[in-house]
Amino acid sequence: MIRLVPNQSDQIERSGLVTFSFEGKPVQGHAGEMLVSALLRAGYLNLRHAPMDKAPRGAFCCMGLCQECAVRIQGQTVEACRTEVAENLIVERI
Amino acid sequence: MSDHFDIAIVGAGPAGGNAALTAAQSGLRVVLLDEQPAAGGQVWRGKSPSILSAPMTPETKAGNDLRHAIDQSQINHMSGTRVWDIRRDGDKWSLQILCDAQSLQITATSVILATGAREYVQPVTGWTTPGVIGLAGATALFKQSLSLPGDKTVVSGTGPLVFFVASEIRRLGGTVAAIVTPNTRADWARALPSMLQHPKLLARGGVWMADLMLAGVPILWGHAVSKVCGDDHVTSVQTQALESDKQGPIFEADSLCLGHGLIPQIEAAQMLGVPIHHDPALGGWVPDVSPDGVTPVKNLYLCGDGCGIRGALAAGLQGTLTGARVARDLGKTAPAPSIRAWQRAAGFGKAMTGLSIVKPKLEALTSDDTILCRCESLKRSDIRAEITTGAKSTNAVKSGRRAGMGPCGGKYCQTVIAALIAKETGKPIGAIPPSTPRPPLRPVPLGQAAGDFHYDDLPIPKPAPL
Repeated sequence: MIRLVPNQSDQIERSGLVTFSFEGKPVQGHAGEMLVSALLRAGYLNLRHAPMDKAPRGAFCCMGLCQECAVRIQGQTVEACRTEVAENLIVERI
Repeated sequence: MSDHFDIAIVGAGPAGGNAALTAAQSGLRVVLLDEQPAAGGQVWRGKSPSILSAPMTPETKAGNDLRHAIDQSQINHMSGTRVWDIRRDGDKWSLQILCDAQSLQITATSVILATGAREYVQPVTGWTTPGVIGLAGATALFKQSLSLPGDKTVVSGTGPLVFFVASEIRRLGGTVAAIVTPNTRADWARALPSMLQHPKLLARGGVWMADLMLAGVPILWGHAVSKVCGDDHVTSVQTQALESDKQGPIFEADSLCLGHGLIPQIEAAQMLGVPIHHDPALGGWVPDVSPDGVTPVKNLYLCGDGCGIRGALAAGLQGTLTGARVARDLGKTAPAPSIRAWQRAAGFGKAMTGLSIVKPKLEALTSDDTILCRCESLKRSDIRAEITTGAKSTNAVKSGRRAGMGPCGGKYCQTVIAALIAKETGKPIGAIPPSTPRPPLRPVPLGQAAGDFHYDDLPIPKPAPL
């Protein structure tokens, strides 16, 4: 089939894979990418529960405003969309 | 590093970046503060270090050019830095910033706010389901990580962004289940005269459109998403024709990109006393500002989409105008560029912004059981009840129900709440201003905001005698 917008996914060279954990389970991501993209790729869409109705929530604005992707790393609440993946990072739900 | 600068610029997108370059060329000491790891703003967002090489896009090239120019200049560029408070301190400005988990204070004679835009999403039942991301949010994923929101995505929203996002999903190897846009072909025909001035952009849009048609991706004009289904994550997306109210097709998908235009980020300007007015053609509430960035507040300047959505091209030109103006106001010689180029670019940007003015039929898809305030999980019925019992302003709804006090600071609920107050009270939308912004402008961990201190050093006044 003719494609005017070619699929360029195989022309992208990414950094090596590292392993971090989300809720105790190992997740692979490319070193230096944002947590949110690694978690999305691994199928972890539900990142937290809304404090009032406990409904599942996931990354929404992807630019550090909405706080829906807030996760906990070393006791600090951070935005998954502004935090880079690194080897052995321990990421938990807040 | 001395912590006093001639100019502090907040935001390193096309506007802030170009303002910084122009001001630095005149010999001023400039600090450029930005919360992202690389300059470029949202539109020219830099790639993360995980991308070693990738095909060049026009956005990458424009961003690389700006980043290169900033690197070569004398600008002190502080990336990954959040400005969470700005105050007048005698004859200078004092800025509280958070950088590498440390709280710092810097001062500057003049401040330029180039805070850009955020996305407006008209709430619809299920929009809080994981897998629903903003349309502009999706472009952040593409530009930074070249990653996809899911395997099969419905792309829905207004203006040209919907076609850009769909096209990028295909370029990165994903599948577009459908495009659902409230705009009609007639809306686009009306915008066409302004687009003819930018044949390159028009041609690029033409390629996206033709590719999507060739690939057989359904494009639903004059339609909107009426409901998002799925508990833990998106499983399907319901649509509706706006004019006829007829139910449209249901698409199975694991993700939805949803967005209805951009809103200027005016909180910092508003907090510092710049008057605002409502202009739907510019994205809603905008500060009073001249084309070269001058505001009624002394030594405070604004440029770019934060003073009205006119697009990246206009933002860059206004950045240059503003940087030169500040330099001249501080006694330096700087060229006084013509505002004609900015006006032309703004004409195009405004035509695109006009495509996102919310249609009443789209607004009507937000039902009483739709969550308006994501942070506090408040439904439309909750907000309506608050209005009915006397809350006639966004401030009143905020203090009554906490809508706007959550972690997002009201960024994703205030516009829709203001529209609801206007509707319920019969007032024009221009009579319902956004709630009073207060620091922190961004969430700050209390421990970091307080910085390092010893309890013994805290001045504790003696208790008053009983």
